[in-house]
Amino acid sequence: MSEQVTMQELGAGSLLRFLWRQLTSMRTALILLLLLAIASVPGSLIPQRGQNPMKVREYFANDPTVAKILDRLSLFDVYGSPWFSAIYILLFISLIGCVLPRTFEHFKAARALPPLTPKYLDKMEYYQFWSGGSDQLDAGRTWLKAKRFRIREFEGAISAEKGYLRETGNLFFHLALILVLIGVSFGALFGMKGEAIVNVGERFTNTPTTYDSLSFGKLFRDTNLPPFVITVDDFVAKYNLITNAPEDYTLTVSAVSEPGTPAFQKVIKVNSPLSFGNTNVYLQANGYSVNVTVRDSAGEIVLQGPIPLLPQDGNLTSLGAIKVPDSQPQLGFVATLLPTQARTKAGAGISSFPEALDPELLLSIWKGDLGLDTGIPQSVYRLDTSKLAKIGLKSLKIGQTYTFTEGSIRFDGVTPWVNVQIVQDPGKRYALLGAIVAIFGLLASLFTRRRRIWIRYREDGTMEVAGLAKNGAPGLENEIRDLVADLQKGGK
Amino acid sequence: MTNSSWAYLSNYLIYSSMAVFTLAFFAHAYETAWSVRTPELESTPKTGNTLTRTMDYTRTEKVARIATSFMILGFLLLVAGVVARGVSAGRVPWGNMYEFSITGAMAFCGAYLVALRKYDLRWLGLPVSIAVLLTLGTAITILYRPSAPLVPALKSTWLVIHVSAAIISGGVFLLANAIAATYLLLDAMEMRGERKAWAKRLPSLEVLDQLSYRLVAFVFPLWTFAVIAGAIWAENAWVRYWGWDPKETWAFITWVAYAAYLHARVTVGWRGRKAAWLCLFAGSTFLFNYVYVNIWGSGKHTYSGL
Ligand code: HEM
Repeated sequence: MSEQVTMQELGAGSLLRFLWRQLTSMRTALILLLLLAIASVPGSLIPQRGQNPMKVREYFANDPTVAKILDRLSLFDVYGSPWFSAIYILLFISLIGCVLPRTFEHFKAARALPPLTPKYLDKMEYYQFWSGGSDQLDAGRTWLKAKRFRIREFEGAISAEKGYLRETGNLFFHLALILVLIGVSFGALFGMKGEAIVNVGERFTNTPTTYDSLSFGKLFRDTNLPPFVITVDDFVAKYNLITNAPEDYTLTVSAVSEPGTPAFQKVIKVNSPLSFGNTNVYLQANGYSVNVTVRDSAGEIVLQGPIPLLPQDGNLTSLGAIKVPDSQPQLGFVATLLPTQARTKAGAGISSFPEALDPELLLSIWKGDLGLDTGIPQSVYRLDTSKLAKIGLKSLKIGQTYTFTEGSIRFDGVTPWVNVQIVQDPGKRYALLGAIVAIFGLLASLFTRRRRIWIRYREDGTMEVAGLAKNGAPGLENEIRDLVADLQKGGK
Repeated sequence: MTNSSWAYLSNYLIYSSMAVFTLAFFAHAYETAWSVRTPELESTPKTGNTLTRTMDYTRTEKVARIATSFMILGFLLLVAGVVARGVSAGRVPWGNMYEFSITGAMAFCGAYLVALRKYDLRWLGLPVSIAVLLTLGTAITILYRPSAPLVPALKSTWLVIHVSAAIISGGVFLLANAIAATYLLLDAMEMRGERKAWAKRLPSLEVLDQLSYRLVAFVFPLWTFAVIAGAIWAENAWVRYWGWDPKETWAFITWVAYAAYLHARVTVGWRGRKAAWLCLFAGSTFLFNYVYVNIWGSGKHTYSGL
């Protein structure tokens, strides 16, 4: 390995070679590793776009000047930033430059015999001699063979070596790290991630248009979406009766992997997604839709069905908008659902439990122009009241109807919805495989001791035994003691 | 027994173990202090007064053995306390920061006792008993939370695998840190001259240096495994296996820092002071993750219950 590169070499060789040697040197590897650790720090202290976009926006609102500087340095996006990428790319180039040549070398060395017994064994770390007989050499050979040493004999001397597995494991470990990196990048380029709210009883077809939000890697194609269909059969949430904290969510779906194949039923839990190959369907969140029937002044139904509301707190107080563009005039409702209705001392309505035990629907009713035709995208959960006039306020229990001049609304009931997150990651298998190989490589490398042992019978009747452990690995002393004891017992 | 009586039993056991660790602390302190007094002034007519430095540990030997017995007893009580806590909640006792702390103290003490069987480490008993007492004390006064079931995302076999691997690694990392810190302390002392009397009994610098390296090399694969198990679990529970959540980030930093430490030793040949500092640096990233990210950090790993 190129540990020492001097300036003289630079004069003789080319600059490029010098740089390459520098990059693949052990010192550089160490510096890059430490740099990688330090460079990861800011991302855990400063909010990141990928993890917490809200916090980043807050930062910009509170302190725009500093935020702009931080943003210029990619500090809101550390793990995708040019400088972070530069460090790990350099590290991996260094890794490849270091490991590939070593792999070839090791491949050769693994088939070569151990080096000849050196002349002066007494220079070794462990050395013993006594006067013995040549039969002890045979005993030594047997002993070493039984311990699966690699042996080379030459003129009354045995040199033996063991522990090649250390280097093998080490190489596998480093090569496996490359595999992990490939898996991660592959997933980022070819993967996708999206989510959708599905009411209990409804179906979700895996096509881009059925998603509420969808993002995908640079090289992802729509045709990569597996054509599965799932129907939400049932969703049960269990809450602790004292703390109201969630205890268990169980989502039951019927699924079809692709059109024409038989449907099967499957339970999805927070910790156990439904898989279609590389694609996982996760249960991410849950809430309530309210079923309402809205009629116009003539009594015609202008809207019917479940309208999803968004949970606001742990007791699933839910907020949303019911928009009726087809009535004359257009109607809009700001809807608040209290799954288990209760009153505070001041008389305000609150939800006291997340299950829909005694639902109440609070409505504020508006008429006018919903603003849906302006072409500006609107949130389905928010009513734009700028061109609307308020015409009433009402709270309803299930089954109750409220009639006003422009029509009526009936609260038919509550349907739970689930938010499913769908993630396709074609690289994760490689990353996992790499991780597993890395662990085994590491174990082999850190727990194998590489050492050499020599036994020599000299003409004058002296038996010599010597040993050398690489990296000062412990244990060789005992091994030699065993060997010597065995020889002295076996031979004479 | 009902859940709450198991919880009471657990608290009771934790308090008892603290009492026993206090005894262990006093015994270790006595043992250390006693050796300071061993050097004696000798007066002979010929040479005048000389300070003899021959140490006699036979007198402290008994106290030392008692100290170790207290450590073992305290550890067993602590194990029982942690188990009872788990029984009271009907799950593994790793749901909030209080539980992490008592389990962490248990792992640290356990790592010490296991290492004690193999190496001559009894001198570490004093700092270990102090650290365990401090951890348990903070846990039961500040971090304490009533026993409660887990939120759904924590209900996973991977919790057991991931957290146990992480806690054991942590215990050994901290032990390696304690040894590296001792190294630096003694190194500074030797730079100034001779070791102080109480420190004479401690192993040589080379032994300490080797020991902290061995411990790190021994648990580094386990820590690697803990991080991977965490990623597998995150893939099941949170949709992605790696998301640069603060806790994940710091686990990664710790991993890279220890990889750097191993590199520095094995390939660049760092020994002694430089290696000890690097070891301390790596270990402090682990502690930082535990204290800072659990309490003040944001992210998905906010189970501290604070
Ligand atoms: C992704 C970055 C890297 C990580 C996480 C890493 C990690 C490790 C670890 C944990 C060890 C200790 C295993 C042992 O003691 O056998 C090690 C050893 C080693 N690494 Fe790396 N390494 C990285 C990059 C590199 C690079 C860039 C090089 C070459 C320039 C390199 C060359 C070596 C060598 C030669 C050994 C020692 C083998 C031995 O003598 O046992 N590594 N590495």
